[in-house]
Amino acid sequence: MKALVWHGKEDIRCDTVSDPEIEHARDAIIRVTSCAICGSDLHLFHNYIPAMMPGDIMGHETMGEVVEVGSGVNGKLKKGDRIVVPFTIICGECEQCKRGNFSVCETTNRNKHLAEKVFGHTTAGLFGYTHLTGGYPGGQAEYLRVPYADATHIKVPDGMTDEQALFLSDIFPTGWQGAAQCDIEPDDTVAVWGCGPVGQMAIRSAILLGAKQVVAIDRIPERLAMAEAGGAITINFDKESVVERLNELTDNKGPEKCIDCVGFESHISMAQPDSVLDRAKQMFMLENDRPHALREIIYVCRPGGIVSIPGVYSGFSDMVPMGALMNKGLTIRTGQTHVNRWTDDLKQRIADGQIDPSFVITHTVPLSQGPEMYRAFRDKQDSCVKVVLKP
Amino acid sequence: MFHFSNLVRSKGDPKIISTGPSSLTSADRLARGLGWFSIALGTLELLAPHRVTNALGMEGREGLVRAYGLRELFAGVMTLSVEKRAGLMSRVAGDGLDMVTLASELRPSNPRAGTVLAAMVMVGGITALDYMCAQDLKAQHDPRRGRKRLYTDRSGFPKGITAAKGVAALPRPTRSTATT
Repeated sequence: MKALVWHGKEDIRCDTVSDPEIEHARDAIIRVTSCAICGSDLHLFHNYIPAMMPGDIMGHETMGEVVEVGSGVNGKLKKGDRIVVPFTIICGECEQCKRGNFSVCETTNRNKHLAEKVFGHTTAGLFGYTHLTGGYPGGQAEYLRVPYADATHIKVPDGMTDEQALFLSDIFPTGWQGAAQCDIEPDDTVAVWGCGPVGQMAIRSAILLGAKQVVAIDRIPERLAMAEAGGAITINFDKESVVERLNELTDNKGPEKCIDCVGFESHISMAQPDSVLDRAKQMFMLENDRPHALREIIYVCRPGGIVSIPGVYSGFSDMVPMGALMNKGLTIRTGQTHVNRWTDDLKQRIADGQIDPSFVITHTVPLSQGPEMYRAFRDKQDSCVKVVLKP
Repeated sequence: MFHFSNLVRSKGDPKIISTGPSSLTSADRLARGLGWFSIALGTLELLAPHRVTNALGMEGREGLVRAYGLRELFAGVMTLSVEKRAGLMSRVAGDGLDMVTLASELRPSNPRAGTVLAAMVMVGGITALDYMCAQDLKAQHDPRRGRKRLYTDRSGFPKGITAAKGVAALPRPTRSTATT
C-alpha cells in the first residue's frame, strides 16, 4: 500500500509499504477513506519531537471502513462499519479511561518505559507520532491497523460525510476541550492565540459555549478572515499590539479566558525579541520550546482567569513568567485531548446542524501529493489552512 | 530493499518496500550539503588551525582562524536547522569576512600567494552557491506562492452565528455576592 513515511527532518515520502496485519485479538484494519495533515504533524516534519524513527508512518487524523476485525473485538465493530479513529489509542478499561482521561490511558502505550522516563508516567499510545507514545504507524496511508479497536473508534452515522466526521479524530474535540476547560460564562471574553485549524475549532466552540466575545490572534490574513467569519474579533499581531488591543476590548481588565492554540512553535519576529532568543536556543538544543504566545497569555490574562493550553509543547520552556502566573492566581488547564470524552456530544451537534467542521478544509488532494502538501501547509502557501488527503 | 527501520517494527506494522519522492527540494538538499561543509570546515579550523595558516602563509594568525572556525560551526548548525536561509545568509556574510582576510594575505612577500588566490576563487564560488541557494529557498518557501483566498464565507455554522451563539452553554447556578 501507499503511505506517507517520515525519513528525517523535512523529509516525508510517499512510500510503498507492506499492508498492516492483525497483531492482537483487539485489532481491526480499516481501509482509509480520508485523512488529514495536522498542525502537530509539522512538529514531526521539523523533527522537534524526540524519538521519531525513519520509516514511521505519519498521520493521526484518519477515518475509513472496517475491512478486518480481530477475534477480541467482540462485535463492537464489524466489516463495513464506517469509523473515525481518535488519535489517542484507548483501552477503555484502565482507571484513567474509566475516569474519562483517555489521553493518559495506562495501557495502550507499547513503549511506556520510555514515556515513564521522560514524562514521569506513561500517557496513551498515539497514532503516527513519536516512539515515546508507542510509535504506532499512522493513518496517512491506504490501510491502518487500529489497536484496541473495540474501544478506539467513533462510529459514523449514516448520512454524515467524511468531511463532516473526519475532524472528530482530533482538531474538533481538541478545540472543544480547549474551550470547554475554560468553564466559559456568558460575560466572558475568550481570547484564542493561533488561528490554525485547532484555533478555528476553539473559536467556534467558544461561540457555541456562549462567550460574550471571542478574540482571535494571528497574522495570516486568510486565517484571520476565517476566524472573523466564525464570529471572532480579530487581532493581527503584525499590525497592532495584542496586549493593548485586548485590554481595550476588556476595559483594561484582560480576557477572563485565554486559549493557547499555538504551542511550542510560536512565530519568530524581530518585534518579539524573546521569540528570536528562543529560536536561537532551540537551534543549539538549549531549549525545546518557543513559548512566546504562552508568555503573552500569562501577561494579559485577567487575574483569577483560566489559561487553557491545547497547543502542543514538547519539552522544556524557558522564561515562563511564573511570578505573574502565581500572583494573578491563574488556573492552567492542558493536556492531549481526551477525544472519546467529547465525541458522542460533538457528533450529535454536527448531526443537529449546530456546526459543520468541514468549513476548515481548504485543500483536498490525493495521498501521493502529501509530501508537497506538507511543504505548502508549513509555508502557508496557496492560502492553505487544512489539507485532507484521499488515499 | 533493506531498510534499518524495518527491524524495529512489530509483526503487524507496515514495513517499507520502496521509497517514493521526498518533500525535500533540491535547494533543501544543497543547503544541507553546505551546512555539513560548514561543520567540517569549522571543525578543521577550530582543531587544526596550523594546517590552515601553513597552507596560506598566515603563520601567527591561528587565533583568528579558530574564531572563524567557531563562526563556521554556528553557521553550519543554523544552515542544518529549519531556518536554513538565515544560516546561508550568515555563511554569505562569513564568506565576505574570509575574502577580506584572504585579500590581506595576497601580498608579494607571501610565498603562498598562489594558494591564497586559489582559496579566494573557491570562497567566491561557494559564496555564489550560498547566495543562490538562499534565494531559491526564499522563493520556494514564500507564503505568497499560490492563490490568495480569504475565507470570509466560512462560518462553520450552518444555521448562522446568531443561532449558534450559546447553544451549548450550560445552565449555571446564580453566583452569590460575597459579604463581609
